[in-house]
Amino acid sequence: MALFSSLSERLNHIFSKLTKRGKLTELEIRTAMREVRIALLEADVNIKVAKQFIADVSEKAVGQQVLESLNPAQQVIKIVNDELIALMGSGNAKLEVSPKPPTVVLMCGLQGAGKTTLCGKLAILLKKQGKRPLLVACDVYRPAAIEQLKVVGGKADVEVFEKGVQAPPKTAKQAVDYAKKMGYDTVVIDTAGRLHIDDALMKELEEIKKEVEVTEVLLTVDAMTGQDAVNVAETFNERVGVTGVILTKLDGDTRGGACLSIKAVTGKPIKFIGVGEKLTDLEPFYPDRMASRILGMGDVLSLIEKAQEAVTEQQAKEMERKMRDASFTLDDYLTQFEALKKMGGAGALMSMLPGAGKLKLKEGDLDERKIERTKAIILSMTRKERENPQIINASRKRRIAAGSGTSVQEINQLLKQFDQTKQLMKQMKGGKGKMRLPF
Amino acid sequence: MGLIGKIKDALKKTKEGVSTKMRLLFAKNKLGDEFYDELEEILISSDVSVRTAEEVVEQVREEAIGNKVKDERFVTDLLKDILEDTLNEAPVPAFRYPCVIMFVGVNGVGKTTTIGKVAHYFVSQNKSVTVAAADTFRAAASDQLSVWAERAKVRIVKHEEGSDPSAVIFDAVSSAKARGTDVVLVDTAGRLHVKENLMNELKKMDRVVGREFPEAQFLKFLVLDATTGQNAVSQARVFDEAVDLDGIVLTKLDGTAKGGFVFSLCGELGIPVVFAGVGEKTEDLEPFDAEQFVEGFF
Repeated sequence: MALFSSLSERLNHIFSKLTKRGKLTELEIRTAMREVRIALLEADVNIKVAKQFIADVSEKAVGQQVLESLNPAQQVIKIVNDELIALMGSGNAKLEVSPKPPTVVLMCGLQGAGKTTLCGKLAILLKKQGKRPLLVACDVYRPAAIEQLKVVGGKADVEVFEKGVQAPPKTAKQAVDYAKKMGYDTVVIDTAGRLHIDDALMKELEEIKKEVEVTEVLLTVDAMTGQDAVNVAETFNERVGVTGVILTKLDGDTRGGACLSIKAVTGKPIKFIGVGEKLTDLEPFYPDRMASRILGMGDVLSLIEKAQEAVTEQQAKEMERKMRDASFTLDDYLTQFEALKKMGGAGALMSMLPGAGKLKLKEGDLDERKIERTKAIILSMTRKERENPQIINASRKRRIAAGSGTSVQEINQLLKQFDQTKQLMKQMKGGKGKMRLPF
Repeated sequence: MGLIGKIKDALKKTKEGVSTKMRLLFAKNKLGDEFYDELEEILISSDVSVRTAEEVVEQVREEAIGNKVKDERFVTDLLKDILEDTLNEAPVPAFRYPCVIMFVGVNGVGKTTTIGKVAHYFVSQNKSVTVAAADTFRAAASDQLSVWAERAKVRIVKHEEGSDPSAVIFDAVSSAKARGTDVVLVDTAGRLHVKENLMNELKKMDRVVGREFPEAQFLKFLVLDATTGQNAVSQARVFDEAVDLDGIVLTKLDGTAKGGFVFSLCGELGIPVVFAGVGEKTEDLEPFDAEQFVEGFF
């Protein structure tokens, strides 16, 4: 579940061996780097990229720096981490906006990379940023691809421009004209998946670029791609001038080493990552965070950011006040659960916490259904019961159980959990009083 | 730039095929450690899993030492033989009719397209075919399958989007039984193997066929994208645990990716490759040929 969890486990293992050995010798670094190499290759990092990476990191690690350092293992981690960041690029890249609207985004990639779904995700993201996006169906080859985009557009509540199986460059041109007329500020063009070696279809992309002024050419790449990722990325970049990369299906257990390779070969930023099948499952790509994820350092920053989005500032303040005077009710408890859901469920949350990679959290352990059940129970209570759970006696429990389709045991369990949470809050309040809720 | 610049230079040299790399390798190396290390890298760069690459190379080394050979051709043939043997370790199942084949896999590997081609394959063998649109999740998936069914001129059973996939299978299997259809091909929604609830849904679909049509041969094929890297093994392992796979369909072999991970699937998991997809047309599907695949590999 956690991105790169296997790679981070692997590196953790290697470095825990290093820690035990105290000061490092050249030989020991070489031994460690052999392991790093295997870890990278098993993560699908291109073999040339991996070799160069190893060479560079070794050069830095086997020097005096490490030998003179007080904590050599830490220093090696830092160097590996720095190099990973350097490879993946630095800073978070946003979508370019054309000074002359509309901004035109051209999606491209191999078959099955996830372009059509991604169009819907981008549309949602653009709407969130206050933009007016228009989706354009230019996949005229795959059966029902236009239909799929229309359904996706419907779900995202965004208009889909289509001209049937008319030549894509012409459709693109008409779509941009239409966008200008209708006041759409961003045009996202979905194209057919194509092999990078399919000359005719690659020409078609070039023609679209000639026909309309494209602001962004986004290459969509399946995170599970193997060694071939470099060839694909390089060819697309040469033919149509890729401006950014989106990595999809990162919610699997792939280690996603392809992103290191793609960055290395194109030099173009990875702008977003797809992390689920819902249209909201799109996240910005942070190389530094991804690197610390690789190293198993957790991703606290990303966690905080997600939390901020899920809970408004005001809600957070209110929650803090309630914590202080311990007037935390079951209603507040429900709000917390909903925030948790917005953050992609407990699983997604756990995977971002340091050390959680080691917990081997299974999806079933804290799944969304449990959250749904909790919600059902609380919603089956009266206002009075929610504010004052002590009054929930046996007969009330039976009523709540019947109302929520759960059992009395489950209600007991929930009340116990709630009590424990409240207890925890009292302790926090007893402390510095400055502690903030994690969400 | 630094590191990235250096890598770009290095990558310029990777355009050659495996055989060119082999020739270069033989030209500059004696059969020493370095030779075998590079041999291993050649395999890994075609997405052979790191473990399998190590094992295969070790085997080649032992045989070469045992036979005291230093000959380029001998080592190449040896390597080909070992790889081919690995692929043949898992025998391809023979079809018995009536037959139900369920196609499973992660998102975007080409399940629906594969079913269109497999339907065409069975029709060309004079079999009657029904396809079941049990991908009720992805937008317009059943529309896509309808087009393929039309192309292959076969019957399709479909329900509304969002309906229970097991119900689609139930209907397809019942009607196939009543009509005496030879082959039922079941399309399923793409699912990442780490999603437990989706894998459970698949198990349920698996049970429906077993329960409703016990007299039919029931096969489960995993569809794998040849561009996939080391993750393919993980996919195969988890899908195999869930529904007990009988075969693999390797798609998108018309690209530049080699699909080297199949050696691990056949060798470690004992799952045979049944079909290979080589294009977007109905007839772009071939029964898998180990010898040809290995040849194509070099």
